Amino acid sequence: MTQLILEQALNGLQFGLMLFLLAAGLTLVFGIMDCINLAHGSLYMVGAYFVAAAAQAADSFWIGLGVGVAGAAVLGLLLELTLFRQLYRRDHLSQVLATFALILIANEAVRVIWGPAPLLLNPPEALAGPVELPLFGETFFYPAYRLLIIGVGLAVAGLLYLLVAKSRVGMWVRAGASNREMTEALGINVRWLFTAVFVFGAALCALAGGLLGPLLAVQVGMGESVLILAFVVIIIGGIGSIRGALVGSLIVGTVDTLGRALLPTLLRATLPGDAAATLGPALASILIYLLMAGILFFKPQGLFPARA
Amino acid sequence: MPSRLTALAAALLLAGAAHAADSIKVGFVSTLSGPGAGLGVDIRDGFNLGMKQLNGKLGGLPAEVLIADDQQSPDVAKQAADKFLKKDKVDFMTGIVFSNIMLAVGPAVFQNQTFYISANAGPSQYAGEQCNPFFFNVAWQNDNLHEAVGKYVQDKGFKNVVIVTPNYPGGKDAVSGFKRYYKGKVADEIYTKLGQLDYAAELAQIRATKPDALFFFLPGGMGINFVKQFVAAGLSRDTQLFAPGFSADEDVIKAVGAPMMGMFNSSHWAHDMENAENQRFVANFQKEYGRLPSLYASQGYDAALMMDAAVRDVKGNVADKKALQKALEAKRFKSVRGDFKFNTNHYPVQNYYLRVIGKDVQDRVTNKTMGTIFTNHADAYVASCKMK
Repeated sequence: MTQLILEQALNGLQFGLMLFLLAAGLTLVFGIMDCINLAHGSLYMVGAYFVAAAAQAADSFWIGLGVGVAGAAVLGLLLELTLFRQLYRRDHLSQVLATFALILIANEAVRVIWGPAPLLLNPPEALAGPVELPLFGETFFYPAYRLLIIGVGLAVAGLLYLLVAKSRVGMWVRAGASNREMTEALGINVRWLFTAVFVFGAALCALAGGLLGPLLAVQVGMGESVLILAFVVIIIGGIGSIRGALVGSLIVGTVDTLGRALLPTLLRATLPGDAAATLGPALASILIYLLMAGILFFKPQGLFPARA
Repeated sequence: MPSRLTALAAALLLAGAAHAADSIKVGFVSTLSGPGAGLGVDIRDGFNLGMKQLNGKLGGLPAEVLIADDQQSPDVAKQAADKFLKKDKVDFMTGIVFSNIMLAVGPAVFQNQTFYISANAGPSQYAGEQCNPFFFNVAWQNDNLHEAVGKYVQDKGFKNVVIVTPNYPGGKDAVSGFKRYYKGKVADEIYTKLGQLDYAAELAQIRATKPDALFFFLPGGMGINFVKQFVAAGLSRDTQLFAPGFSADEDVIKAVGAPMMGMFNSSHWAHDMENAENQRFVANFQKEYGRLPSLYASQGYDAALMMDAAVRDVKGNVADKKALQKALEAKRFKSVRGDFKFNTNHYPVQNYYLRVIGKDVQDRVTNKTMGTIFTNHADAYVASCKMK
């Protein structure tokens, strides 16, 4: 029983932290620049492809991860300088249309370059098996690679916290998120701040894509499903808030994992087998949206609104 | 008098020639991108290899194969099929991998009176009450391979089994098929989302349940991820994996590799079958594509041969639907799986074999046929099919 609870908690944590890497960039771009970036998921996909391609070429997961993240950052820089700068002053509809076009372009470009079949990305050999830890007289098993993901996720979350809450740049970012005009009036070069935030967000996307690559599949369209979850996270957490993104990610990750694990079992105890088998997975997949609706009902601005 | 007879004969011949089509069009809709792409690509490559060996002709007539990717979406598949049916006016359709897509596309195809030769999807619906004269399955009924695994797991004396399958029509067929022959305790039935790639939550459940065997049906990328994560979680030490051939063929083996060794699975075909047609198919497939064929590829290949034989039978007169149906039912081609025949519901009656994954003489990780599980096995739904 301990094994099950601990394992599911770690699974929820792992999923939540990866969502956080995506939601952090998204919430900053949305909150500070007031720009809806639907192509955030495409950066995640392209980043994962960069990592997979570089890892295959160098025959090393770690080199691939480094090169891929750097490549995605450069791509983010180019996108910001050429396209997104033109979009900040436009209304949300123009932003949605332009970034949706980016999704289509990115998907087709990836299909042309790497083909329609998913790329294979394997975890480093040393992390392919399970870790065994003695725990309350039992042996606790957990996949080593997932532990690594949790470690990296926690490290990035800590780093982001220090950067945003303690550093001067972070202060500018927070100031920009709560009142852009005032920040500009104080003489901060918001234009370059925006560029830096965007590039950082793109690098986090690629990090998430590269780390999840060996667990999921590096394929066309992988960005869209995760983008929806990232939006749910920032809506729950409050747009523009890093703390909100972290709390939102962990809530979504845990609820989704526990829902998938527990709901079918609970339903089977109360309903006939066939109905439970159909209802369980369906209910588990809408659970986080129910949660979002509930939170929005009581806190329309999300849990930690940046512009309170 | 003789001259008049010759004229009459010539007129008849001309009339006959006017009936026969001058070319055959095949609409091929399949999953060619995303996690299910490996299956569609193998069916397509198998089909194309068949066409190549027939010199691009079906029944002696020049043939054109139109290919579309359904992206594993029923809506995209319906659009592509509509275009093939209405605009291109194809004579045959084939290629669909997933049963939910087959069930979505089927009605339009049947209404158009176009023959659908399924090289994979074999939903129970079309085998039973909704069986249709225009639907043929050259592969199997969905339940069949699962029934074979169920029988083997039962015979081997496993008592505590967990089942994992996606929540879609093919998954439901898998569970009913497996449980038709496995009579022991089912500790848990886990239904996942179709296309799910992360199985952490399910694997934790399985560990807590401590089954002695695990039966999973997760075609394509789902199965690749499941097996990898199953091994990474350390579950392979206490739990024996069983799967239908879909989750244990070349596409999955290529991606997972050595951790799959020792896994038992079922199939109606194997690349080491010794009949002449199969040996030619396997050799040519390797020459053409540089890899071993999977069961999907064998099914695509058979679909091409089946169309060829039927068109030849009706002498190219594909407009005569009744005659074409008879010709398809007669099954005059030699399948790479050896002999089989069609049941009254247009699904095969055939043998099912046990395979195990191991190293072959060339040190490749691949399947090896161990024995026969069922002989001349029919599906369980044929009794409720009233074929018109």
